Amino acid sequence: MLYFDKLNTDHMDILKEIGNIGAGNAATALSQLLNKKIEMNVPDVRIVSFDEMMELVGGADHVVASVFLRIEGDVSGNMFFMLSLEQAKSFIQQMTGHKEFGELGISALQELGNILAGSYLSSLANFTNLELYPSVPALSVDMIGAILEYGLIELSRVGDFAIVIDTALYEADQVQDSLNGHFFLLPDPDSFAPLFRSLGVEMR
Amino acid sequence: MNVVKSPNVIRTSGLGSCVGVVVYDLAREVAGLAHVMLPDSSFAKSSELNIAKYADTAVEALVERVIKEGGRKNALKAKLAGGAQMFQFTTANLDIMRIGPRNVEAVKQQLRRLNIPIVAEDVGGSNGRTIEFNPETGVLSIRTVNQGVQEI
Repeated sequence: MLYFDKLNTDHMDILKEIGNIGAGNAATALSQLLNKKIEMNVPDVRIVSFDEMMELVGGADHVVASVFLRIEGDVSGNMFFMLSLEQAKSFIQQMTGHKEFGELGISALQELGNILAGSYLSSLANFTNLELYPSVPALSVDMIGAILEYGLIELSRVGDFAIVIDTALYEADQVQDSLNGHFFLLPDPDSFAPLFRSLGVEMR
Repeated sequence: MNVVKSPNVIRTSGLGSCVGVVVYDLAREVAGLAHVMLPDSSFAKSSELNIAKYADTAVEALVERVIKEGGRKNALKAKLAGGAQMFQFTTANLDIMRIGPRNVEAVKQQLRRLNIPIVAEDVGGSNGRTIEFNPETGVLSIRTVNQGVQEI
Protein backbone atom coordinates (compact mmCIF):
# COMPACT_ATOMS: atom_id res chain seq x y z
CA MET A 1 0.00 0.00 0.00
CA LEU A 2 1.89 3.05 1.21
CA TYR A 3 5.60 3.52 1.33
CA PHE A 4 5.89 4.09 5.06
CA ASP A 5 4.28 0.72 5.79
CA LYS A 6 7.56 -0.75 4.61
CA LEU A 7 9.62 1.07 7.20
CA ASN A 8 10.93 -0.86 10.20
CA THR A 9 12.81 0.33 13.28
CA ASP A 10 16.17 0.07 11.47
CA HIS A 11 14.92 2.46 8.84
CA MET A 12 13.68 4.86 11.50
CA ASP A 13 17.08 4.71 13.22
CA ILE A 14 18.79 5.57 9.95
CA LEU A 15 16.52 8.56 9.47
CA LYS A 16 17.34 9.68 13.02
CA GLU A 17 21.04 9.36 12.30
CA ILE A 18 20.59 11.47 9.18
CA GLY A 19 18.95 14.16 11.31
CA ASN A 20 21.72 13.84 13.85
CA ILE A 21 24.59 14.22 11.41
CA GLY A 22 22.91 16.93 9.34
CA ALA A 23 21.81 19.08 12.23
CA GLY A 24 25.04 18.45 14.12
CA ASN A 25 27.02 19.98 11.29
CA ALA A 26 24.54 22.82 10.98
CA ALA A 27 24.86 23.50 14.73
CA THR A 28 28.64 23.70 14.35
CA ALA A 29 28.25 26.14 11.46
CA LEU A 30 25.83 28.27 13.46
CA SER A 31 28.12 28.20 16.46
CA GLN A 32 31.04 29.45 14.35
CA LEU A 33 28.93 32.11 12.69
CA LEU A 34 27.64 33.57 15.94
CA ASN A 35 30.60 32.63 18.11
CA LYS A 36 28.22 31.07 20.61
CA LYS A 37 27.55 27.68 22.05
CA ILE A 38 24.72 25.99 20.17
CA GLU A 39 23.01 22.84 21.36
CA MET A 40 20.70 20.45 19.63
CA ASN A 41 18.19 17.89 20.78
CA VAL A 42 17.96 14.24 19.80
CA PRO A 43 16.34 14.08 16.36
CA ASP A 44 12.74 13.12 16.25
CA VAL A 45 11.50 11.01 13.35
CA ARG A 46 7.76 10.72 13.05
CA ILE A 47 5.14 9.62 10.64
CA VAL A 48 2.45 12.26 10.99
CA SER A 49 -0.69 13.40 9.27
CA PHE A 50 -0.47 16.85 7.72
CA ASP A 51 -2.58 18.28 10.56
CA GLU A 52 -0.37 16.70 13.20
CA MET A 53 2.66 18.14 11.48
CA MET A 54 1.25 21.67 11.81
CA GLU A 55 0.62 20.97 15.51
CA LEU A 56 4.27 19.93 16.01
CA VAL A 57 5.31 23.52 15.46
CA GLY A 58 2.52 25.37 17.19
CA GLY A 59 -0.49 25.12 14.88
CA ALA A 60 -1.23 26.22 11.31
CA ASP A 61 -1.90 29.81 12.41
CA HIS A 62 1.36 30.36 14.22
CA VAL A 63 3.68 32.86 12.50
CA VAL A 64 7.30 31.84 11.90
CA ALA A 65 10.29 32.78 9.77
CA SER A 66 11.20 29.92 7.48
CA VAL A 67 13.83 29.18 4.91
CA PHE A 68 12.81 26.67 2.29
CA LEU A 69 14.96 24.67 -0.11
CA ARG A 70 14.04 22.16 -2.70
CA ILE A 71 16.51 19.28 -3.01
CA GLU A 72 17.03 17.52 -6.33
CA GLY A 73 19.52 14.84 -7.35
CA ASP A 74 19.80 11.15 -6.41
CA VAL A 75 17.36 11.84 -3.62
CA SER A 76 14.77 14.61 -3.74
CA GLY A 77 12.72 16.33 -1.11
CA ASN A 78 12.03 19.53 0.74
CA MET A 79 13.83 21.15 3.60
CA PHE A 80 12.64 23.84 5.98
CA PHE A 81 14.60 25.70 8.61
CA MET A 82 12.07 27.37 10.88
CA LEU A 83 12.62 29.99 13.55
CA SER A 84 10.29 31.66 15.98
CA LEU A 85 10.02 35.41 15.27
CA GLU A 86 11.88 36.21 18.51
CA GLN A 87 14.73 33.86 17.63
CA ALA A 88 14.87 35.18 14.05
CA LYS A 89 15.11 38.75 15.36
CA SER A 90 17.80 37.71 17.81
CA PHE A 91 19.85 36.13 15.01
CA ILE A 92 19.38 39.21 12.83
CA GLN A 93 20.59 41.41 15.66
CA GLN A 94 23.64 39.24 16.30
CA MET A 95 24.56 39.30 12.61
CA THR A 96 23.71 42.87 11.63
CA GLY A 97 23.20 44.90 14.81
CA HIS A 98 19.61 45.73 13.78
CA LYS A 99 16.63 43.99 15.25
CA GLU A 100 14.16 44.36 12.41
CA PHE A 101 12.96 42.33 9.45
CA GLY A 102 14.17 45.03 7.04
CA GLU A 103 15.84 44.34 3.74
CA LEU A 104 19.15 43.74 5.49
CA GLY A 105 17.58 41.51 8.12
CA ILE A 106 15.76 39.37 5.57
CA SER A 107 18.92 39.04 3.53
CA ALA A 108 20.95 38.05 6.61
CA LEU A 109 18.35 35.47 7.60
CA GLN A 110 18.31 34.04 4.11
CA GLU A 111 22.06 33.72 4.20
CA LEU A 112 21.90 32.09 7.62
CA GLY A 113 19.42 29.57 6.24
CA ASN A 114 21.65 29.01 3.26
CA ILE A 115 24.69 28.26 5.42
CA LEU A 116 22.83 25.99 7.83
CA ALA A 117 20.89 24.06 5.22
CA GLY A 118 24.03 23.82 3.12
CA SER A 119 26.02 22.29 5.97
CA TYR A 120 23.16 19.91 6.78
CA LEU A 121 22.92 18.73 3.19
CA SER A 122 26.63 18.53 2.45
CA SER A 123 27.15 16.33 5.50
CA LEU A 124 24.25 14.17 4.34
CA ALA A 125 25.77 13.95 0.87
CA ASN A 126 29.18 12.98 2.29
CA PHE A 127 27.69 10.40 4.59
CA THR A 128 25.60 8.72 1.89
CA ASN A 129 27.73 9.41 -1.21
CA LEU A 130 24.61 10.71 -2.89
CA GLU A 131 24.55 13.69 -5.24
CA LEU A 132 22.25 16.34 -3.77
CA TYR A 133 21.51 19.64 -5.45
CA PRO A 134 19.77 22.18 -3.23
CA SER A 135 17.88 25.07 -4.82
CA VAL A 136 18.59 28.67 -3.88
CA PRO A 137 16.85 29.12 -0.52
CA ALA A 138 13.70 31.19 -0.29
CA LEU A 139 12.55 32.95 2.85
CA SER A 140 9.04 33.56 4.09
CA VAL A 141 7.68 35.06 7.30
CA ASP A 142 4.14 33.78 7.50
CA MET A 143 1.74 31.23 8.97
CA ILE A 144 3.19 27.75 9.44
CA GLY A 145 0.31 26.11 7.60
CA ALA A 146 0.84 28.20 4.51
CA ILE A 147 4.60 27.59 4.56
CA LEU A 148 4.57 23.85 5.21
CA GLU A 149 1.81 23.22 2.71
CA TYR A 150 4.31 24.05 0.05
CA GLY A 151 6.58 21.20 1.08
CA LEU A 152 3.69 18.79 1.30
CA ILE A 153 2.45 19.11 -2.27
CA GLU A 154 4.59 16.29 -3.61
CA LEU A 155 3.77 14.05 -0.62
CA SER A 156 0.08 14.77 -0.87
CA ARG A 157 0.02 13.06 -4.25
CA VAL A 158 0.59 9.70 -2.57
CA GLY A 159 -1.20 10.14 0.75
CA ASP A 160 -2.02 12.34 3.68
CA PHE A 161 1.00 11.53 5.80
CA ALA A 162 4.59 12.76 5.93
CA ILE A 163 7.77 11.36 7.41
CA VAL A 164 9.36 14.24 9.25
CA ILE A 165 12.95 14.32 10.41
CA ASP A 166 12.84 17.08 12.98
CA THR A 167 15.86 18.46 14.81
CA ALA A 168 15.85 21.52 17.04
CA LEU A 169 18.78 23.85 17.68
CA TYR A 170 18.96 26.34 20.51
CA GLU A 171 21.44 28.70 22.10
CA ALA A 172 23.03 27.08 25.12
CA ASP A 173 22.31 29.95 27.51
CA GLN A 174 18.63 30.23 26.61
CA VAL A 175 15.62 28.39 27.89
CA GLN A 176 14.68 25.74 25.42
CA ASP A 177 11.66 26.96 23.56
CA SER A 178 9.49 24.67 21.47
CA LEU A 179 10.49 26.57 18.37
CA ASN A 180 13.96 28.02 18.63
CA GLY A 181 15.20 26.61 15.36
CA HIS A 182 13.78 23.55 13.68
CA PHE A 183 15.06 21.65 10.69
CA PHE A 184 12.45 19.68 8.83
CA LEU A 185 13.60 17.29 6.17
CA LEU A 186 10.78 15.85 4.09
CA PRO A 187 12.07 13.34 1.56
CA ASP A 188 9.82 12.69 -1.46
CA PRO A 189 8.08 9.29 -1.38
CA ASP A 190 10.24 7.83 -4.15
CA SER A 191 13.42 8.87 -2.37
CA PHE A 192 13.31 6.57 0.64
CA ALA A 193 14.49 3.46 -1.24
CA PRO A 194 17.60 5.13 -2.77
CA LEU A 195 18.35 6.87 0.53
CA PHE A 196 18.38 3.59 2.46
CA ARG A 197 20.20 1.76 -0.32
CA SER A 198 23.01 4.33 -0.17
CA LEU A 199 23.56 3.20 3.40
CA GLY A 200 23.35 -0.49 2.60
CA VAL A 201 19.82 -1.14 3.81
CA GLU A 202 17.14 -2.38 1.46
CA MET A 203 13.49 -1.47 1.63
CA ARG A 204 11.08 -4.27 0.78
CA MET B 1 -14.31 19.33 4.00
CA ASN B 2 -17.16 20.26 6.28
CA VAL B 3 -20.65 21.75 6.30
CA VAL B 4 -22.17 23.98 9.00
CA LYS B 5 -25.43 25.79 9.75
CA SER B 6 -25.76 29.04 11.70
CA PRO B 7 -25.04 29.96 14.45
CA ASN B 8 -21.88 27.95 13.78
CA VAL B 9 -19.06 29.30 11.67
CA ILE B 10 -16.56 27.37 9.61
CA ARG B 11 -12.86 28.08 9.32
CA THR B 12 -9.55 26.82 8.00
CA SER B 13 -6.11 27.99 9.10
CA GLY B 14 -2.91 28.75 7.26
CA LEU B 15 -3.93 28.52 3.61
CA GLY B 16 -0.92 28.98 1.35
CA SER B 17 -1.08 27.60 -2.16
CA CYS B 18 -4.23 25.73 -1.14
CA VAL B 19 -7.60 27.25 -1.94
CA GLY B 20 -10.42 27.53 0.58
CA VAL B 21 -13.72 27.37 -1.30
CA VAL B 22 -17.00 28.16 0.44
CA VAL B 23 -20.33 27.13 -1.10
CA TYR B 24 -23.42 28.45 0.68
CA ASP B 25 -27.15 29.12 0.60
CA LEU B 26 -27.58 32.41 2.48
CA ALA B 27 -31.36 32.13 3.01
CA ARG B 28 -31.04 28.65 4.46
CA GLU B 29 -27.94 29.68 6.44
CA VAL B 30 -25.95 26.62 5.44
CA ALA B 31 -22.36 26.64 4.19
CA GLY B 32 -19.65 24.15 3.28
CA LEU B 33 -15.90 24.66 3.09
CA ALA B 34 -13.34 22.60 1.18
CA HIS B 35 -9.56 22.94 1.49
CA VAL B 36 -8.26 22.21 -2.01
CA MET B 37 -4.60 21.23 -2.22
CA LEU B 38 -4.11 20.15 -5.84
CA PRO B 39 -5.87 21.10 -9.07
CA ASP B 40 -6.72 17.67 -10.43
CA SER B 41 -7.16 14.12 -9.15
CA SER B 42 -4.94 12.93 -12.01
CA PHE B 43 -2.09 14.24 -9.80
CA ALA B 44 -2.78 11.43 -7.35
CA LYS B 45 -0.28 8.60 -7.32
CA SER B 46 -2.17 6.61 -4.73
CA SER B 47 -4.98 4.13 -5.26
CA GLU B 48 -6.88 5.57 -2.32
CA LEU B 49 -8.15 8.91 -3.46
CA ASN B 50 -8.88 11.57 -0.85
CA ILE B 51 -11.53 13.45 -2.82
CA ALA B 52 -11.41 16.45 -0.46
CA LYS B 53 -7.94 17.41 -1.71
CA TYR B 54 -8.44 17.82 -5.46
CA ALA B 55 -10.37 20.64 -7.11
CA ASP B 56 -12.13 18.41 -9.62
CA THR B 57 -13.49 16.02 -6.99
CA ALA B 58 -13.77 18.31 -3.93
CA VAL B 59 -16.01 21.04 -5.39
CA GLU B 60 -18.60 18.58 -6.64
CA ALA B 61 -18.61 16.60 -3.38
CA LEU B 62 -18.88 19.85 -1.41
CA VAL B 63 -21.91 20.99 -3.42
CA GLU B 64 -23.60 17.62 -2.86
CA ARG B 65 -23.05 17.85 0.88
CA VAL B 66 -24.36 21.41 1.11
CA ILE B 67 -27.51 20.34 -0.77
CA LYS B 68 -27.90 17.35 1.52
CA GLU B 69 -27.83 19.71 4.51
CA GLY B 70 -30.64 21.82 3.10
CA GLY B 71 -28.96 24.10 0.55
CA ARG B 72 -30.89 24.65 -2.70
CA LYS B 73 -28.96 24.02 -5.91
CA ASN B 74 -30.15 27.22 -7.60
CA ALA B 75 -29.50 29.43 -4.61
CA LEU B 76 -25.90 28.34 -4.09
CA LYS B 77 -23.12 30.91 -4.25
CA ALA B 78 -19.38 30.63 -3.77
CA LYS B 79 -16.55 32.61 -2.22
CA LEU B 80 -12.92 31.67 -2.38
CA ALA B 81 -9.56 32.59 -0.89
CA GLY B 82 -6.00 31.31 -1.05
CA GLY B 83 -3.91 30.15 -3.98
CA ALA B 84 -0.85 32.14 -2.97
CA GLN B 85 2.67 31.57 -4.20
CA MET B 86 4.52 31.41 -0.90
CA PHE B 87 8.05 31.20 -2.26
CA GLN B 88 9.47 32.66 -5.43
CA PHE B 89 11.70 30.37 -7.44
CA THR B 90 13.28 30.83 -10.79
CA THR B 91 14.59 27.29 -11.17
CA ALA B 92 13.29 23.78 -11.85
CA ASN B 93 9.98 22.13 -11.25
CA LEU B 94 7.83 25.06 -12.34
CA ASP B 95 4.64 23.03 -12.46
CA ILE B 96 4.64 22.36 -8.76
CA MET B 97 5.87 25.86 -7.98
CA ARG B 98 2.90 27.48 -9.73
CA ILE B 99 0.44 25.32 -7.86
CA GLY B 100 -1.45 28.21 -6.20
CA PRO B 101 -2.72 29.91 -9.37
CA ARG B 102 -3.50 26.51 -10.87
CA ASN B 103 -5.59 25.54 -7.86
CA VAL B 104 -7.57 28.78 -8.19
CA GLU B 105 -8.17 28.22 -11.90
CA ALA B 106 -9.26 24.61 -11.35
CA VAL B 107 -11.70 25.54 -8.57
CA LYS B 108 -13.23 28.28 -10.74
CA GLN B 109 -13.60 25.90 -13.63
CA GLN B 110 -15.53 23.43 -11.45
CA LEU B 111 -17.79 26.18 -10.08
CA ARG B 112 -18.52 27.32 -13.64
CA ARG B 113 -19.32 23.78 -14.68
CA LEU B 114 -21.80 23.48 -11.79
CA ASN B 115 -23.28 26.94 -12.52
CA ILE B 116 -22.42 28.36 -9.12
CA PRO B 117 -21.62 32.09 -9.23
CA ILE B 118 -18.50 33.34 -7.47
CA VAL B 119 -19.56 36.45 -5.55
CA ALA B 120 -16.21 37.30 -3.96
CA GLU B 121 -12.61 36.15 -3.94
CA ASP B 122 -9.25 37.00 -2.45
CA VAL B 123 -6.68 34.91 -4.27
CA GLY B 124 -3.03 34.94 -5.31
CA GLY B 125 -0.30 37.06 -3.77
CA SER B 126 2.44 35.61 -1.62
CA ASN B 127 0.95 35.47 1.85
CA GLY B 128 -0.83 32.87 3.95
CA ARG B 129 -4.48 33.29 4.93
CA THR B 130 -6.72 32.06 7.72
CA ILE B 131 -10.37 32.23 6.71
CA GLU B 132 -13.67 32.04 8.55
CA PHE B 133 -17.15 32.00 7.04
CA ASN B 134 -20.40 32.87 8.78
CA PRO B 135 -23.38 31.19 7.07
CA GLU B 136 -25.81 33.62 8.73
CA THR B 137 -24.27 36.78 7.24
CA GLY B 138 -22.48 35.32 4.23
CA VAL B 139 -19.31 37.15 5.26
CA LEU B 140 -15.92 35.56 4.69
CA SER B 141 -13.23 37.02 6.98
CA ILE B 142 -9.68 36.65 5.85
CA ARG B 143 -6.77 37.18 8.18
CA THR B 144 -3.22 37.66 6.93
CA VAL B 145 -0.01 38.36 8.82
CA ASN B 146 0.67 41.77 7.23
CA GLN B 147 -2.77 43.13 6.39
CA GLY B 148 -4.84 42.13 9.40
CA VAL B 149 -8.46 41.07 8.91
CA GLN B 150 -10.40 41.77 5.76
CA GLU B 151 -14.02 40.85 5.00
CA ILE B 152 -15.43 39.88 1.65
